[in-house]
Amino acid sequence: MQVTTDLEARAQGHWNENKRLIVTLLIIWFVVSYIPVFFAEALNGINIFGFPLAYYMGAQGSLVVFVIEIFYYAYAMDRIDRKYGMQEEY
Amino acid sequence: MANKTEVTEHETTSTSASDHSSFSRLLFRWYGRFLVGFVLFCILMYVAELLGLPKEFIGYGFLLLTLGLYAGVGIATRTGVLDEYYVAGRKVPAFFNGMATGADWMSAASFISMAGTLYVLGYEGLSYIMGWTGGYVLLALLLAPYIRKFGHYTIPDFMGARFEGNTARVTGAIVGIIVSFTYVTAQVTGVGLVMARFLGIDYNLGVVLGLSAVLLCSFLGGMKAVTWTQVAQYIILIVAYLIPVVFLSIKLTSVPIPQLMYGQAFANIDAAYTKPFNDWSSAQMISLIVCLMLGTAGLPHILIRFYTVPSVRQARKSVGWALLFIFFLYFTAPAYATLTRWEVLKNVQGQPFDVVSQRSWVVNWQKVTGMLAVNDVNKNNIVDAGDLRFISSDMVVLAAPEIAGLPYVVAALVAAGGLAAALSTADGLLIVISSALSHDIYYRIVNPRASPGLRLKLGKGMVLVAAALSAILALPRLNLIADTVAWAFSLAAATFFPIMVLGIFWKRCNPAGAVAGMIGGLVTTVAYIGWSRFGTSIVNWVPPATGAKIENIGFGDVIQAVPQALGTSDAHYRLQIFGIFHTGAGVFGLTVALVLAVTFTLLTPAPSKRIQDMVDALRRPVLKGEGDGESGLTVGRADPAMASPSDQ
Repeated sequence: MQVTTDLEARAQGHWNENKRLIVTLLIIWFVVSYIPVFFAEALNGINIFGFPLAYYMGAQGSLVVFVIEIFYYAYAMDRIDRKYGMQEEY
Repeated sequence: MANKTEVTEHETTSTSASDHSSFSRLLFRWYGRFLVGFVLFCILMYVAELLGLPKEFIGYGFLLLTLGLYAGVGIATRTGVLDEYYVAGRKVPAFFNGMATGADWMSAASFISMAGTLYVLGYEGLSYIMGWTGGYVLLALLLAPYIRKFGHYTIPDFMGARFEGNTARVTGAIVGIIVSFTYVTAQVTGVGLVMARFLGIDYNLGVVLGLSAVLLCSFLGGMKAVTWTQVAQYIILIVAYLIPVVFLSIKLTSVPIPQLMYGQAFANIDAAYTKPFNDWSSAQMISLIVCLMLGTAGLPHILIRFYTVPSVRQARKSVGWALLFIFFLYFTAPAYATLTRWEVLKNVQGQPFDVVSQRSWVVNWQKVTGMLAVNDVNKNNIVDAGDLRFISSDMVVLAAPEIAGLPYVVAALVAAGGLAAALSTADGLLIVISSALSHDIYYRIVNPRASPGLRLKLGKGMVLVAAALSAILALPRLNLIADTVAWAFSLAAATFFPIMVLGIFWKRCNPAGAVAGMIGGLVTTVAYIGWSRFGTSIVNWVPPATGAKIENIGFGDVIQAVPQALGTSDAHYRLQIFGIFHTGAGVFGLTVALVLAVTFTLLTPAPSKRIQDMVDALRRPVLKGEGDGESGLTVGRADPAMASPSDQ
């Protein structure tokens, strides 16, 4: 019984931290991909490396953030797994 | 106790960590050699070209050599084991699964069509760039780890287990078949296009020849062969995509880093190119991005790739690798489009018409039906803006090396890359279609006692049937690869994505909600695509003069017809609501799917305790020393003998 409770508590803690991380990363995901489209007209007035800003975000900026987000998620989840004793061997 | 055994088998399909790293080292060695060999081959062909080898032979060399290679990998990795046939034995390391996913997912649409679409649309075309990469964030956060944890063979398996029963399973299988057929048709069109142009053969013959190579691969080795071929195809397609852009960049800016340099091009091309919403409404752009992102995360041939890695941890990393490998092409595509546009303005427009019309790429592309229209409209013997029209923007990527006067080897390399992209995706899709028929419908429902041998034979038979059907569907040559592909994404975004995410994140979600949601999403999306794209021809509606501009449309004037893509002469007209037309149809389907799924779920009882425990088990990786903790995952398997996917 002791073990089960412990398991449930660990599983719940793991899931809560996982959810929090997911929500944070989704907010960043939304900000870099959709916000520049909403304000495309205004942002294109700004120039970055010779590119209009809205164009730049669509063509390069958002993509870089996506790649970093996914690797960060894998890294952060590894730590959360270990914290709750749920890490896999491989 | 029985549960415990099942679980052990389930979790130990992977072998020890040291086995994995030696397998990885072996793979790195082999594919490293392959990359070096491929580069040497390119150099050899270039030398041969300088020595006067005719162009036809270079084209044949690249296409036939790569086709032979794929068939060879297929033969070398043929298998008679179900676990290998369906999920490549679940031992593909994250890095290589990332590469295979990259090739699986980057299709003729990414390789051949996307830069062409950017070339024509400018800013709005970036929907494809953002949509097709941003979807991987959703895949990583919301689906891939849980799919791996579930660990069966197919996506309908998931539907059947999570939403208890055959209704959800069959619905899932049918939706999967519809989505995959829509998608595979576009790939086969791409194959036919490349073969027709670079082998100088008939389009239909090109389709058949290309598909035979796919078949040799997926027929003999299933997912195992497809995986190892896709890794090779990724290497070929990425080399083939980067080389011409680097050359273009050197030619136009004398710096070989196109991704940084194409900012310069904006000063030299028309300002309308980066101006937002001159081709589409902002609502259309947002809808398309939503559909492409959710569709990316919900496409069954991508989802099943995450069954093939050894662990949940590897699944998470693997999505990162996949997106990194995809990123290399996507980061470059806008550069490809922009630099090509600059090159055309600089070296084609304003040149004497009689000279340009004799250039070999102009002559050759005119031969491929319906690709290029050449006509000196005002008879001034100067190439003006309207004289040379890309009827289908699909030719831009394939023709760019020749337009820029690069060595023919580069053009042939690009063709081989386009072929690799189309074939690798077709491979993955055929596996999905065939397993939906042979595994989900026949084995799971019609005849659960079928022997492994019969199931394998049936699986192979269905690959043949699916390939034949997709060839037939592709023969009429649908208009634009990117459009057809966008429909497949809309369909996936409105069916699999919402239902799978609800299944994992909302324990209360039940079979009635799942089935109603999937069917509602599917029907709405199909109806909207049909109405928007083909509605006008049904009512015999007469289009206004070409060149009409697209406007943002308020709710008052619900329907407006506009030309399909400005800059092409292809006068298709479309109907729209809120300025959203057929390629964004998924947002309507998604809304309907969510509303129905929630309503039907709340009107019917919550799922059983077993299912709720299973969802809990899905949400966590392995629990050490808690064998029983995982027993929930065996729920929903019809046949105890199939408790573990590795039992054959």
